[in-house]
Amino acid sequence: MSQTIQPRGGKTAGARRARACLTALCGLLAALFLASFVLGRYDVPLSQVARILLSRLLPLERTWAPNMEAAVISIRLPRIALACLVGCCLSLAGTAYQSVFQNPMAAPDILGASSGACFGAALAILLGFPRGGITGMAFAFSLLTVALVYVIGVRTRGSRVVSILLAGVMVSSLFSAGTSFIKLVADPSNQLPAITYWLMGSLSGTRLADVGFALIPMAIGAAPLLLLRWRINILTLGDEEAATLGVNTGALRLVVILCATFLTAASVAVSGMIGWVGLVIPHLSRKLVGNDCRYLLPASMLMGAGFLLLVDDISRNLLTTEIPIGILTAFIGAPFFIYLMTRRGNVL
Amino acid sequence: MSLSVQNLSFSYGERPVLEGISFSLEKGEFLSVLGPNGVGKSTLFRCILGLLTGYQGCILSGGEDMRSLSRREMSRRIAYIPQINRPSFGYSVLDTVLMGTTRQLSVFAQPQRAQVRQAMEALDRVGAAHLAERDFTRLSGGEQQLVLVARAIAQQAGILVMDEPTSALDYGNQLRILGLVRELAAEGYGVLLSTHNPQHALTFASRILALADGRVAALGRPEEVLTQALVHRLYGVNAAFAETQGGRMLVPLMD
Repeated sequence: MSQTIQPRGGKTAGARRARACLTALCGLLAALFLASFVLGRYDVPLSQVARILLSRLLPLERTWAPNMEAAVISIRLPRIALACLVGCCLSLAGTAYQSVFQNPMAAPDILGASSGACFGAALAILLGFPRGGITGMAFAFSLLTVALVYVIGVRTRGSRVVSILLAGVMVSSLFSAGTSFIKLVADPSNQLPAITYWLMGSLSGTRLADVGFALIPMAIGAAPLLLLRWRINILTLGDEEAATLGVNTGALRLVVILCATFLTAASVAVSGMIGWVGLVIPHLSRKLVGNDCRYLLPASMLMGAGFLLLVDDISRNLLTTEIPIGILTAFIGAPFFIYLMTRRGNVL
Repeated sequence: MSLSVQNLSFSYGERPVLEGISFSLEKGEFLSVLGPNGVGKSTLFRCILGLLTGYQGCILSGGEDMRSLSRREMSRRIAYIPQINRPSFGYSVLDTVLMGTTRQLSVFAQPQRAQVRQAMEALDRVGAAHLAERDFTRLSGGEQQLVLVARAIAQQAGILVMDEPTSALDYGNQLRILGLVRELAAEGYGVLLSTHNPQHALTFASRILALADGRVAALGRPEEVLTQALVHRLYGVNAAFAETQGGRMLVPLMD
């Protein structure tokens, strides 16, 4: 047998590179995570940050002021954790949507999942639902919009890539109109500000309880995707080819769409509409580790977490007044989308 | 594992496409399907692959009705080699071939070293082991088709189904792929292959299934059933046969 018969350790050069990238991403995210605690109006040195965080796990002597502990644990930790979680979930959802729709342009916002979730949340706020009801409505409408987009996209003649995108644009604008109508009739003293907060997308005022609240649906959405990551590769071949390889495409596609929508809805429910992360990060991750979901899914989770954390650091430190993070991600994401569309040799 | 199609009929709505198709495919056989555009070759293949199920008649594999089998069980029996197309996302050649081993894995599992070995052996079999690390989407058409054949080999099914695998290939690659497929049939695979070129069937196949107007127009050994009359009936072309040192050649007679 020739030398190429056994790639070293059963891994190709591409796979080894992808693993190295994942390790590097882990390190970068950890560094950024720690550094984010230092940033802020109230000064806490890095050495104290480390001690305060460790003191939650180990019995350490208190060498820091109570104010420092409050800033790190009550204010910065929830926000940093939530930025990581939301970034991780949105970009994982985007990657999963792209594979399932065999469409490099699919993303939670393009497919209407985000605008559906916003409509659902706005409706729930208008109807005075409790917090769980808001999340539930965000999820239900998110799912409804993705289902609508899928059905319309499949029934449209012509290129499926384009028709799903167009269906997404149409359904999104339908639900945006619905959201605008709700804003019109909402009580301007309390309901309207709550709805506006959602639409702008912000992580300010996050409490530790919010993180716990988001963590469970996020874990439920992410775990199946990670477990199914080899099979998600097969779905990108298209239904018929995937079926002849022994994959139950209908069930697999449904599970992946449900999970990705769950992730989107859970993110939107706690942070409002933060656009573009689910499109930009999957693409950057594909550039870095390739299209193999075995590496791509973990890479987009790590990159998404790091990206949103970085953008949130900017959003809370750049100006004296905080810039809503959704505005910043749009400033970065929209030009990137234009770049993708106009790049030479792009398949669309 | 043999394949037996019995009295198969299929219609899209009111329009009948296939009527009363019967034939069987044994191990080691290379059965080439001929017929004009739109005669239902692809529909026949889609029925056999279990992608269309609303047909009358039955398709048996090893005596079992294909409609009663799970996807996984079907993929253990029949491997499909599609025409080369432009995939949405590119994978390495090794990963592409590894996808053929998916049916061996449980739902949450990932390919292990054993599957990588099978994939490399399959690549080696088609003479494409040196491409393993390359990006599939950057290969030439001929190389891509070789890799898809390797994927089917890695699937370890007894029957290979190929729908016009040569239509996007140049002259040389067409002949090399068909030669490879003939070798695979000689090794024991049952091959079902549709082609637009009756010469390919004449040169490579061990049997011909000719379809006209949704029915079987001829079924048998190429040198027996591929006649001037059949070529005219299938394609509306007058042709003559010439015996050459390379075998029997079909020569179109243009006015």
